Amino acid sequence: MTTFNLTDTTASKISSTLTQLRHQMGAPAVGMVLTLVVVCDEAGQYDAVRAATEAAREHPSRVLTVIKRDPNEPDRLDAEVRMGESSPGEVVLLRLYGRLTEHADSVISPLLLTDTPVVAWWPGDAPPAPSQDAVGRLATRRITDARAAADSLAAIAGRHKGYLPGDTDLAWTRLTAWRSLLASAFDRPPGRVLSGAVYGAAGNPSVPLLAAWLSERLNASVEVAESVGPGLTEARLTLAEGGELAISRTDARLATLSRPGQPNRRVALARRPTAELLAEELRRLDSDDVYGSAIQWLAKSPAS
Amino acid sequence: MGKRDNRPAETAQAAAGTPDVPAAAGPAGPAETHDGGRVPDVSEMSETSEERDLAAALGLAADEEGVANPLRDPRDKRLPRVAGPCVLVLFGVTGDLAKKKLLPAIYDLGNRGLLPPGFSLVGFARRDWAHEDFAQVTYESVKEHARTPFREEVWRQIAEGIHFCPGEFSDDGAFDVLAMMLKEIDETRGTGGNYAFYLSVPPKFFPVVVEQLKRTNLANAPEGAWRRVVIEKPFGRDLKTARELNAITSAVFPEKSVFRIDHYLGKETVQNILALRFANTLYEPIWNRGYVDHVQITMAEDIGIGGRAGYYDGIGAARDVIQNHLLQLLALVAMEDPTSFDADSLRREKEKVLRSVRLPADLSLGTARGQYTAGWQGGESVAGYLEEEGISPDSITETYAAVRLEVANRRWAGVPFYLRTGKRLGRRVTEVAVVFQRAPHLPFSSTDTEILGQNALVIRVQPDEGITVRFGSKVPGTAMEVRDVSMDFAYGESFMESSPEAYERLLLDVLIGDPPLFPHQAEVELSWKILDPIEEHWAASGRPEGYPAGTWGPPSADAMITRDGRVWRRL
Repeated sequence: MTTFNLTDTTASKISSTLTQLRHQMGAPAVGMVLTLVVVCDEAGQYDAVRAATEAAREHPSRVLTVIKRDPNEPDRLDAEVRMGESSPGEVVLLRLYGRLTEHADSVISPLLLTDTPVVAWWPGDAPPAPSQDAVGRLATRRITDARAAADSLAAIAGRHKGYLPGDTDLAWTRLTAWRSLLASAFDRPPGRVLSGAVYGAAGNPSVPLLAAWLSERLNASVEVAESVGPGLTEARLTLAEGGELAISRTDARLATLSRPGQPNRRVALARRPTAELLAEELRRLDSDDVYGSAIQWLAKSPAS
Repeated sequence: MGKRDNRPAETAQAAAGTPDVPAAAGPAGPAETHDGGRVPDVSEMSETSEERDLAAALGLAADEEGVANPLRDPRDKRLPRVAGPCVLVLFGVTGDLAKKKLLPAIYDLGNRGLLPPGFSLVGFARRDWAHEDFAQVTYESVKEHARTPFREEVWRQIAEGIHFCPGEFSDDGAFDVLAMMLKEIDETRGTGGNYAFYLSVPPKFFPVVVEQLKRTNLANAPEGAWRRVVIEKPFGRDLKTARELNAITSAVFPEKSVFRIDHYLGKETVQNILALRFANTLYEPIWNRGYVDHVQITMAEDIGIGGRAGYYDGIGAARDVIQNHLLQLLALVAMEDPTSFDADSLRREKEKVLRSVRLPADLSLGTARGQYTAGWQGGESVAGYLEEEGISPDSITETYAAVRLEVANRRWAGVPFYLRTGKRLGRRVTEVAVVFQRAPHLPFSSTDTEILGQNALVIRVQPDEGITVRFGSKVPGTAMEVRDVSMDFAYGESFMESSPEAYERLLLDVLIGDPPLFPHQAEVELSWKILDPIEEHWAASGRPEGYPAGTWGPPSADAMITRDGRVWRRL
C-alpha cells in the first residue's frame, strides 16, 4: 500500500498524483468500473473506507471520501491518496476546510473517472433529498443508510419525500436475503395471505420496510411488532387456507422456515457486514423501482 | 460487460417459469431472455404490473393456481434465481470431480443463498459409510476447495440435508433403500419429489444405474414434480456409441430431463462470447469473411495424462477435447444471432453451425496429430506418453490434435477455423483468437510496418480470463514505425474476484431446470459426425508423430498451417 499526503492542494494536483502513482506501480490502465463517493465525517471515515475498499475488490473503483472539517478555518483542501496491491482500485481521502466544505462537488467532479457510473454513499447522516445534494447531483446512484440516522424509523419513513429513481437505502439492502427466502417460499403458492406481522428490534428501519413491501405485494395488512432482536427476527403470514407461513431467526445466522403441511426447515440467513451490502448495491447501477414503491407504500401505511 | 448485469431479468423470469410453479402465468413468455436480459422489456413489464393491478382490482390474490408469485417482480433485480425444493442424488461421490468441484459448488451455492430451504444431498457409493461419514467427506472437500468463505450457518443448513446410501450399482436392494430414503426425505424435508440424479461415474455404469432408476420408478416424476439426470462427458467415443448411450438414457428420461454437462459452457468467459458478440455493435460488422482472415481455437494443457491412463488411452486428444469443448467454442463464435437466449433458439443456431462445418478435402494435409515424448516441461524432466504408467508401449493414441475446418455458409465461406489441443504443451492456456485480415492498403513504406502483425481479438477462456485486442500503433519517436500493441480487458480486474465456478452455475441451472448451457443430443451427434472421419483416417495411418514434452506440438501441425501461409499464435 502506497500512501501519499498532499496538503493545501487542488483537484488537478491530486489527479496527476494518481496518474503518477499508477504508472509507478506499472499498471497504467486499471479496469476500474465506477467512482464511489463516500460522504462522511472524520469519526465514520475509517469504517466507511474499509467497507468501500472491500467492496472495491468485487467492483474495482476509485473511492473518493469527502470529509468535511471545520468551516471556520481558512479554506483548504488536504488529500490522502492510497493505492495498493491488496485492492484493485484507488482511495482518495479529501479533507475540506473553510468555505470549501460547502463546495465539495468542485473538488470531486474533476476526479471522477471518465464515462463510468458515479455512486454516492452517505454512511452516516444523509441529506433529506440526496438527488438535490451538491454531491448527490453528480451521482447516478445514491445510497443512504437509515440505520445510521438519529431516528431511524423517521428517516426511512421520510425517504419517499426526496426520492428520485436511483436512490436506495441500506435498510433495504439488508432485506435482500429475507425477501429472497420469502419469494422462493412463494414459488410454491401458499394461497391467499390474510394478514401478517414482521418482528424486529426496536427502531430497526428494515422492519417497517419489509412489512411495507409484503403488504404491498400481498395486498394484505402486515403489522410491525417489536422483539428483542438482533435485527429482524421474524416474518409471519397468516394464510387463508389455515396456518401460517413463517420465517424466524433468533441468532442472526440460521433461520427456520415453517409452513402448513411441511416440515420445518432451517436455512442460513446471516446478517451481512456493510462491505457486502455495499457490494450488492454496486452490482446493479440502475434504479431500484421496487424499493421506490416500497417506501411510497411505507409512507401511506399506518405502520410508520 | 453485460453478463452480471443481465442476471436479474433472467432471474425473476426464470424463477417465474420454474417447473414447480404450476403453469406459472408469469412473464415466462418467449421474451425470456437469457443473457441479453437487460433489455428493458417494456411489453413484458407492463403486462405483469397490469396483471397485478387487474388481480388487485378484482380482489383476487395469489390463491389461484397459475397466478404468478406476488413477491417476484421482473424489476426486482436483487432477488436471485433460487432453485425450488429438491434433492440432488450424487452417484460417484468418491471421485475426484465430486470432491474437487461438485461438493464445493453445492456449498458455494448455499453460501450465495441460492439453495432452497430443505435442499438435500444424497451420496451413493460402494462405501460402508453412515450419513455422518459422508457429511465429513463433504465437509473436508468444502473446507479445501470451496471458493467462498466458510460459514458455520451455511454448513449447518447443508449438513442437515446430507444423506448417504451405501451400495453397488448392480444391487437391487441398495436402490430400493435409495427410493425409500428419498421418499422419507420428501416427508422430513419437504422436497416435493423433485430429484436430480448426477451420474458422476464412468459411462460403462450408465446402463445399470439408469435401469435401476427405472426399476425403482425413480425416473418417473409424479404430477407436479420433476426428475432430471445429469451426465458428464464423454458422450460416447464416436457417433455410434453416442447414439447407444443416448438410447440408454432416453429410454428412461425424456430429452428435456437430460442435462449433459460440458463444463466449458458454464465458464463466464464462454458465456461472455455471447455478450461480446450480441450486446455490442463494435464487433458484429467485422465478424465475417469480409474482415476475418482465420480463427484459432486452442486448448493447451501443460500436464500429462496423470492418473487418467485407463480412460485416456484409446480416446485421445481429439475425442477428449475437440469433440466437445472446442467444437462448442467454434459454434458460439461462428453462429448467427439467436432469436432469444432460451435453450431452443441457442441450440438451433449452434446446430446450424455444426451442420455447416466442412472437413478438409485431404485429411492427411488438413489434420495433424502427435504424441508427447520425454522432455523438459517448465523446468522438470517428464516422461513420454508411452512411458506413462498404464500405457501400452505401442499405443497410437494421440495426445495432440489439430484440425482445419471450414464453416460453409455465407458469413464464413473461405475462412479456416484451426482447432488444436494437446497435453504436455508449453503451458496451460485456452483461448479463441479471431485474426483479422491485413489492411488492404498501407500508406506507409514497407519498412515502417515490417513488424506489424494482423489485428486480432482474443477471448482468453483460461487462465486469466479476459479479452485482448491487438492492433498497430505508432512507436513514439520521430520516425513513422508501426508495431503491435494490445488492449486488455481482464475479468478479475473489472468484475468480482470470486465469479462463480462453472459447476456452480451449471448445478444451479440443473436444479432450476434451465437448459441453455447444456448441449443437446443433436449437437453431440453432429460433433461426432465431424470427428468420426478424422478418427477413421488417423486409425488407418499408423503412429502419431512424436513431439518433445514442453513444446508446441509436432512439426506436421506447423506444416498444416504454414501451408495456408499462416502461423499458430505463439502462446
